[in-house]
Amino acid sequence: MTDNSAPRKDDAEAARREPPTKPSTATPSGIEVPPVVTPDMVADREPEMPGEYPFTRGIFPDGFRGRLWTIRQYSGFGTAEESNERYRFLLDQGQTGLSVALDLPTQCGYDPVDPIAKSEVGKVGVSLSSLAEAEILFDGIDLGGISTSFTINGTASIIYAMYCAVADKKGVPREKLTGTIQNDILKEYVARGTWIFPVRPSMRLIADTILFSYDQTPRFNAISIAGAHVRDAGCTAVEEMGYTLANGLAYIDELIRRGGDVEKFARRLSFFFYVHMDFFEEVCKFRAGRRLWAKLLTERYGVKDPKALMFRFGVVCGGSSLVGAQPYNNVVRVGIENMAAVMGGAQSIFTAAFDEAYQIPTEHSAEIAVRTQQIVAHESGIARTVDPLGGSHYVEWLTDRMEDEVMKVIDEIEAYGGVTKAVEDGWLQMKIAQRASERKHKIDSGETVVVGQNHFRRDDQNDGVAELFKLDPQASARVIGKFEKVRDSRDNDAVTASLSALEAAAAKDDENLMPYLIDCCHAYATVGEMVATLKSQWGEFEEPVRL
Amino acid sequence: MSLNGKRILIAKPGLDGHDVGAKIIALALRDAGADVIYTGLRRTPDYIARVAVDEDVDAVGLSILSGSHKELVEETVRCLNELDAGDIRLFVGGTIPAEDHDELRDAGARGIFTAEMTINDVVAALDAELSA
Repeated sequence: MTDNSAPRKDDAEAARREPPTKPSTATPSGIEVPPVVTPDMVADREPEMPGEYPFTRGIFPDGFRGRLWTIRQYSGFGTAEESNERYRFLLDQGQTGLSVALDLPTQCGYDPVDPIAKSEVGKVGVSLSSLAEAEILFDGIDLGGISTSFTINGTASIIYAMYCAVADKKGVPREKLTGTIQNDILKEYVARGTWIFPVRPSMRLIADTILFSYDQTPRFNAISIAGAHVRDAGCTAVEEMGYTLANGLAYIDELIRRGGDVEKFARRLSFFFYVHMDFFEEVCKFRAGRRLWAKLLTERYGVKDPKALMFRFGVVCGGSSLVGAQPYNNVVRVGIENMAAVMGGAQSIFTAAFDEAYQIPTEHSAEIAVRTQQIVAHESGIARTVDPLGGSHYVEWLTDRMEDEVMKVIDEIEAYGGVTKAVEDGWLQMKIAQRASERKHKIDSGETVVVGQNHFRRDDQNDGVAELFKLDPQASARVIGKFEKVRDSRDNDAVTASLSALEAAAAKDDENLMPYLIDCCHAYATVGEMVATLKSQWGEFEEPVRL
Repeated sequence: MSLNGKRILIAKPGLDGHDVGAKIIALALRDAGADVIYTGLRRTPDYIARVAVDEDVDAVGLSILSGSHKELVEETVRCLNELDAGDIRLFVGGTIPAEDHDELRDAGARGIFTAEMTINDVVAALDAELSA
């Protein structure tokens, strides 16, 4: 949101700016598009079918007719009690999956009483410091009948352990659990910043969760390899897909190193992206990504099981494509992005609320976001037949071009020495910062049109929304109060014993840490205590600061 | 418009990991002639104040997108004052609702920058403050 107390020089500049009258000729990734695509410009290939290798047209033969995508809104704030209430509201509105937003102390591995955590408790998500809070968060919600997605990375293994523990306590068999932990640490180093440990032990922890999940929670996705955050940080659709597939390959290599069978665990890998505004580029990004992933697994790893080759992904419609200027326009943006996600064949969709550019959504804005998906699903008719854009000369041409460009990004990272090296050196981080800077300059100059912000403004436009979300200022105090009560009432000998066992296991490179973490959760050890124990063995990531 | 010879610390206080804005501004200020130091993520106000003093900067820019701007600005001002460095100009950028701007100014922020402002505006505002 901008400060409207005085008109700014650049507002006046934007208002005077000549309004654009023609569309741009290149996609935001820089692919120059011909005015018309003719059949001879499209590569000659055998007709492709959805549900068949290489899955360009989708992973299911019947698209959404067999099963509609999961409508999954990201939500969570304040205390577990407040979030639990919001979840029940969303489930009553027809939402079919939960998506848990966690606060930064939980994401970075600090207890709510830690000095660095104090001002952030319950701010951007719910505080989940021990099993006691998880029991409140999921109270009255059937974990066997709902899928739950956690946007959690640095402490993903711990939150996953906590979810298993809360299911144990509720008497829900682990094999019935469905859902996802994001658990993609590589992109945290590059863009989102909730890293804790150095790269190599973090990769080990991720392999632990995937291998454990395959045995114990076979319907649960232990990783969601995410391009969303590098995209929102500034890179293009092509780079988003390229960096994400490169990260996916790095996880596969780590799992193979740990003795995993790629044919089996590849079935449990899933992906996560942003959908921004360039409609056809977004649709073709997903078509190209599906095809390329299947090809890479076949050609590089010899994977044969079609289920293991299927590129399954969820998306967010919104993010940095939404702006605070004339905020109600964001409803339209999200509607268009939602359609691109459906045409691209997403398995789960989160539509951001129009006010999400600057606040936690209100109940009103959150409802419009859900309704958007329901309108797209049940009124627009676009979900009726699978891959409805397949066979369009332009869509097939752009899919091929995107595939080529994405492969170039993967090649460039491999030429540098691989993802781990690129992250440890800060090379990828620097590239993304430069790209973000370019994107900002293009918006400032008016070259990239953002309606209501840099073009088509009114001098007296109101960039506010009618309803502001207010966090309860006492939420943090209540979280801390509950935390202290748990710490005072638990069996401290059991906590110490479980943490010592975790420490010993962490010292060995080939021990799967998941059972130890679940034991810690059952003993009501806190997230901060588990993280401190692992840090004592592994140290912390040292951020390479390069500009 | 130039920031030649000015020393500016761009800092990420608290746990927020969104550093795109901080990096865009750091690059832009460097392009405008300033000597820019960037702290990297997850720094305490106390650490930021000490670096500001050690590096003898003219200004500190805090980047905050987690909603904790009030607490973190107040705490940074307190730490700077404790080190007798109240003359270092403090700016804040990020996701800062308009209704909080007055309170942040009262707490000591000399400028508040949000994502929709142009880089030129930000540089001009710093230039005006630092040459005053």
